[in-house]
Amino acid sequence: MIDRRNLLLRSAALGGATLLMPTMALAAAATDKRLLFVLQRGAADGLATLAPVGDPDFLRRRDRLADGVEDLPKLDGFFALHPAFENIGGLYRDGQALFVHAVATSYRERSHFDAQNLLESGGTEAYAVRDGWLNRLLGLLPDGGARALALSPAVPLALQGQHSVSSYAPSALPEATGNMMDRVAQLYRSDPQLSGLLDEALRTREMAGDTQLKNLRDAEKTGELAASLMRGPEGARIMMVESDGWDSHAGQRFQFNQQATRLDAMLGAYRSGMGVDWNDTLVLVATEFGRTVARNGTDGTDHGTAGAAMLLGGSVAGGRVLADWPGLAAKDLYEERDLRPTRSLEAVLAGAVAAHFGIEPPLAMRTLFPDRDAQAEEGLLRSQSSIVRPQNGLRSS
Amino acid sequence: MSEQSIALNRFGLGARGDDAPPENPRRWLLGQFDRYDPNPAALRDRPGSKAAAADFLHYRLNLRGALRGTDQVDSLEEAGEDLQQVLRGYFGKVRDKYFADVAARGQVAIDSDTPFVERMVHFWSNHFAVSVAKRQVSGLVAPYEFEAIRPHVLGSFRELLRAAALHPGMLLYLDQDRSVGPNSLGARFRASRGMDEVGLNENLAREILELHTLGVDGGYTQADVTEFARALTGYTFDGLPYLRDAQPLGNGAAFSLVVHEPGRRTILGKTYRQRDGDQALAVLDDLARHPSTARFVATKLARHFSADDPPGTLVARLETAFRNSDGDLPTLYRTLIEAPETWRPERHKFRTPWEWSVGALRATGVRELPARIFTGIQSELGQTTWGPPSPAGFADTAASWAAPDALLRRIEVAERIATASRRTDVPALARRLFPDALNDTTATAIARAESPNQGLALLLAAPEMMRR
Repeated sequence: MIDRRNLLLRSAALGGATLLMPTMALAAAATDKRLLFVLQRGAADGLATLAPVGDPDFLRRRDRLADGVEDLPKLDGFFALHPAFENIGGLYRDGQALFVHAVATSYRERSHFDAQNLLESGGTEAYAVRDGWLNRLLGLLPDGGARALALSPAVPLALQGQHSVSSYAPSALPEATGNMMDRVAQLYRSDPQLSGLLDEALRTREMAGDTQLKNLRDAEKTGELAASLMRGPEGARIMMVESDGWDSHAGQRFQFNQQATRLDAMLGAYRSGMGVDWNDTLVLVATEFGRTVARNGTDGTDHGTAGAAMLLGGSVAGGRVLADWPGLAAKDLYEERDLRPTRSLEAVLAGAVAAHFGIEPPLAMRTLFPDRDAQAEEGLLRSQSSIVRPQNGLRSS
Repeated sequence: MSEQSIALNRFGLGARGDDAPPENPRRWLLGQFDRYDPNPAALRDRPGSKAAAADFLHYRLNLRGALRGTDQVDSLEEAGEDLQQVLRGYFGKVRDKYFADVAARGQVAIDSDTPFVERMVHFWSNHFAVSVAKRQVSGLVAPYEFEAIRPHVLGSFRELLRAAALHPGMLLYLDQDRSVGPNSLGARFRASRGMDEVGLNENLAREILELHTLGVDGGYTQADVTEFARALTGYTFDGLPYLRDAQPLGNGAAFSLVVHEPGRRTILGKTYRQRDGDQALAVLDDLARHPSTARFVATKLARHFSADDPPGTLVARLETAFRNSDGDLPTLYRTLIEAPETWRPERHKFRTPWEWSVGALRATGVRELPARIFTGIQSELGQTTWGPPSPAGFADTAASWAAPDALLRRIEVAERIATASRRTDVPALARRLFPDALNDTTATAIARAESPNQGLALLLAAPEMMRR
């Protein structure tokens, strides 16, 4: 089996014979800040994540879906965090987790696919904007090697766009031989799309090294892997991880608990793996919309509107829940069934990344989530970061 | 790309390595309608829908037995030995069946001499997606395609919609099997006994409107979704002991009046007065001929055969054909074959992992891949068979498949398939796969390869193989 590092060095020795550019692979980015975006696909139930136990209508409407919730420790006298979020609860106690509730994008229908499209593209209409907000964010960062990476074989919409983005996920396939790779690189030379993809792929695999992982089913290992691809000077500065399986129409308690346990294990391992770089790291966890307040006929909940989001990281102004609680009485619900949104999710996301990367909040808002009335939220992080200026020359490892 | 190459690769599933290119590409495509076999030998021995549905119900019964006495199980770790055994027993069996079913599907695609129609099977199966991403459905995904999709791909959209929407695989995937009319006899009976309340689940109703027929902008409201969900109540599994009145549909599903929401329904402005399962059937039939459906289906078909952003002229052509023929599928296919837009030489469509791997196996004639390996390759390439992440199915755009790691995996699999094949006629093979459409770069790379094996691997990884 060929060692990727040797492959890269050997390719460099071939000079113009190859498109692999090891010098770029070793370049440190001009910012130390890192962003991990976790998209919970399928509409994670914000009312299960953060149960408003202080709201008398909650237990009544949730009925047996909320059994035992009253006994959970309360975060702030009103909300209780789902017990599966152990690591995240620990971050909250350390002041490094900020929860936002009754939050939603500008989307007010109930299609997963349109809603995810908006949350990933940043558009106000589904399929109107063709690239993703994380890709546009790359354009706002200082020039110089800030790499973005999808932790999956393919690139999700949020990362698609004009800036090149890599993708990586562990695989059980035997690696192709070095000789074959060199020849394929030659073969793709006149095909910009394929040569660009191959180049990105080889660079990222080089960073991941030999993980011994065969897939992303192990949540903890996934978190460690994500950290290994983001920490250190050459680590990716933006990464997206998808968390599937939140669409709990039936048997919600079991399903939610499983997904929450996985997400918590992944983020716990990620936090440990980041080491000192955790101080420069922001994790955003968001979902396309929330779920109905009332239990449905199959011990689950149906598509709703507002939900919950999480901000985690060393500089997050955490240890609190940000919510203008709308109440769960019949008159307070959105369309008489859903938690009413009182905050803009886009404004939270834009405000957080603006503070994190030192971008002017209005610029972040109109670039990432254009055509909205909401203004980027401020005060989500403890202090405004200053941008690390591009370093002269390229680093070698 | 030449017309022969377009017929083979864009319309078909890639040439079989030993076939001569079709002399008349359009006639070759049209001729496949008569030769298509909905029930080919490789599928004949596969377990059917009724057996798979019965197996699932048996498992669910055992599961309830194992759960008896436990209040609510919030995690597998809390589960007792009985429960673990039930889960392992059923899902172990289902997993083996799934491998064999995926391999059978692959065999049919690899061997087929009607690859255009087989492509349509894959297309419709993805349009009406069910998915192993919801684990309980795993045993039903294959019978669903084999029995609800395959027999209807040369019929009408109406028949296809009925078969897909009311198959037990779909009912289970989108929670319809447990949706109960709140004012039905069954619900009132339970309430009178103080039993747990049961009720409506609107998942299937919404996805039929949004994903299968009208499309998300097709002009329906939340009220239409809920009304349609009420109309659909009663469709569930056959053989439920507490629904003795249920009328079997013959596919493992049934209709039970006991859990059907009584009363007339108003959907998209029309009132449905039927008192039984005919109510939902009437709604489905109207959806199947709705102008929004014509538009939505036309757009998806056009995207599949031209480009991610399909030309408006092609969409309009297909839309008209859909409306004039009342959704006759062969009419739509003929429209595709006759349209100039589908014969443009540029390769705009990036092959999905399924298309690429099936193309590679058709080309090389490798048939000995064990079921587990073939199935595993699909997942490694990023497209678990019958496993799209959501009811929307797999995306049909390059951005979803043309990704760094995904490409590297194709190269790895290319080398592996080449090693399993013993073909030595690689330059001639390349010309047969892409008649008058092989790039010089690819021909040169093959010619300079250090072995036929490597030449074949390069051919399978070549740009021509990646796009159609």
